[in-house]
Amino acid sequence: MIEMKNVYKKYRNGVTAANGIDVKIKQGEFAYIVGPSGAGKSTFVKMMYREEKPTSGTITLNGINLGELKNTKVPLIRRNIGVVFQDFKLLTKLSVYENVAFALEVIEEQPKNIKKKVMDTLELVGLKHKARMLPTELSGGEQQRVSIARSIVNQPKLVIADEPTGNLDPDTSWEIMNIFEEINTRGTTVLMATHNKEIVNTIKHRVIAIEGGRIVRDEQRGDYGYEI
Amino acid sequence: MMNKEVITDMKSRTLARHFRESFKSLARNGWMTFASASAVTVTLILVGVFFVIMMNLNQVATTIEEDVEIRVHIDVAAAEEDQENLKNEIEQLPQVASIDYSNKKDELSNLIDSLGDEGEAFKLFEQDNPLNDVFVVKAKNPADTMGIAKQIEDMEYASKVKYGQGSVEKLFSVINLSRNVGLVLIIGLLFTAMFLISNTIKITIVSRSKEIEIMRLVGATNSFIRWPFFLEGLWLGILGAIIPVAAVSTIYYYAYDYLEPRLQGHFIQLLEVSPFIYQVGALLIIMGALIGVWGSLMSVRKFLKI
Ligand SMILES: Nc1ncnc2c1ncn2[C@@H]1O[C@H](COP(=O)(O)OP(=O)(O)OP(=O)(O)O)[C@@H](O)[C@H]1O
Ligand SMILES: [Mg+2]
Repeated sequence: MIEMKNVYKKYRNGVTAANGIDVKIKQGEFAYIVGPSGAGKSTFVKMMYREEKPTSGTITLNGINLGELKNTKVPLIRRNIGVVFQDFKLLTKLSVYENVAFALEVIEEQPKNIKKKVMDTLELVGLKHKARMLPTELSGGEQQRVSIARSIVNQPKLVIADEPTGNLDPDTSWEIMNIFEEINTRGTTVLMATHNKEIVNTIKHRVIAIEGGRIVRDEQRGDYGYEI
Repeated sequence: MMNKEVITDMKSRTLARHFRESFKSLARNGWMTFASASAVTVTLILVGVFFVIMMNLNQVATTIEEDVEIRVHIDVAAAEEDQENLKNEIEQLPQVASIDYSNKKDELSNLIDSLGDEGEAFKLFEQDNPLNDVFVVKAKNPADTMGIAKQIEDMEYASKVKYGQGSVEKLFSVINLSRNVGLVLIIGLLFTAMFLISNTIKITIVSRSKEIEIMRLVGATNSFIRWPFFLEGLWLGILGAIIPVAAVSTIYYYAYDYLEPRLQGHFIQLLEVSPFIYQVGALLIIMGALIGVWGSLMSVRKFLKI
């Protein structure tokens, strides 16, 4: 599904955040991206949803070369990728339902499909009963579930999560992980950059460790491998 | 997975959404909306006033231009044959459009007529007419008037050559100068108004930056993101044009009523109210719309990196 070949990324300020990355990720995989702070994890995933372009090397997503993709085509690939962040990025004036529906409205989904898709997704993340509430009335974990619902409501084949549990307490983090597990079980590829050692060591998946912009370890069912 | 087509033709429901969003922004940015619409208002009032004055001056200039004629006084000593020669010579000048003959009798009665009651006194001269016979010459292009006059002066039996005597040239240069000053001022004001609008849109964009970020993330097209801002700029421009259109047309209507009778007999004809105020109104609205759209596109381009 995703293939990186000899990818380099040098930011304008001279920092090299990807330093020759080669990797392949298959459809349906679940992979953790681990590594110390500043290692280049976020840069790695940003290049996959074309938030950043590689300085050199190629990234293909289902056969599409992201480096050569025209800016006007970027929205089309984004519709097939869900992205979740540490800080939820919810619109505080909109209800839970509206936040999730927003993702469909702005890509001009048929209104008749929106309601069902949104409610089904809210059910999946366990928030159907709180659809009318505002994000400010929810706990952190619930807010993150809304954000996950928004990222998957268009049924993307790939979900990218950059430290989705970074702001959450351990118990809540496990709940969130269960949702990602469920998403992955349904066939969606999940890439998760994380610092959460316990989770990586407990829910076993592929682990890609990045240091200084290089992949230093890539194991199926690996360990976190760092002391915190 | 990637074979979804871009939806190019906008659905009416999408358009309705963009309209809603643009109006919401106007309401939410209350004071900025007011400020930038007012800037457009001030600009367009000045533009409108300048425009009305300029157009009327132009009109006056053309009527005067059309009236520019050279009066060639024929030497009393000239025999009929000499007059004929002079006429031929003048006709030969390439810039000359027409030449008319007016004998001294006609000249005197014209003079008496133009002076009205006081003209009676000149009736005495009918016995011994001191005036000359005259050729009235018109140039094809009024700007050539002076050149033609100079050439005729050198001809035999042309005793005196008179034309606008500088006043026409002065009027033209005054009109040209004020036109240029007006244009510079108008352009300056237009830029100020545009700058203010683009600032208002900038504030909207900043206040909606999270929304825009999410839209980009979930795959909204750039044009979808731009539309509400484009409309907001358009509304600001049109909103700002309302008062100027009303004010300029009303003022012109009354000014015309007041001035028209007083200017009659001075060979000054103002532009008719009826088509003119509609033209000015349309011009101001179009200008407002253009300022608004331009202002919004400027800030959107900068902010959305697209
Ligand atoms: N937009 C940017 N412009 C310039 N430098 C950047 C930019 N984004 C990241 N960097 C730099 O690139 C390097 C890698 O950053 P990145 O955010 O990818 O690290 P990370 O592994 O996600 O770190 P963390 O675990 O703290 O989130 C860092 O040195 C960072 O300062
Ligand atoms: Mg990071």
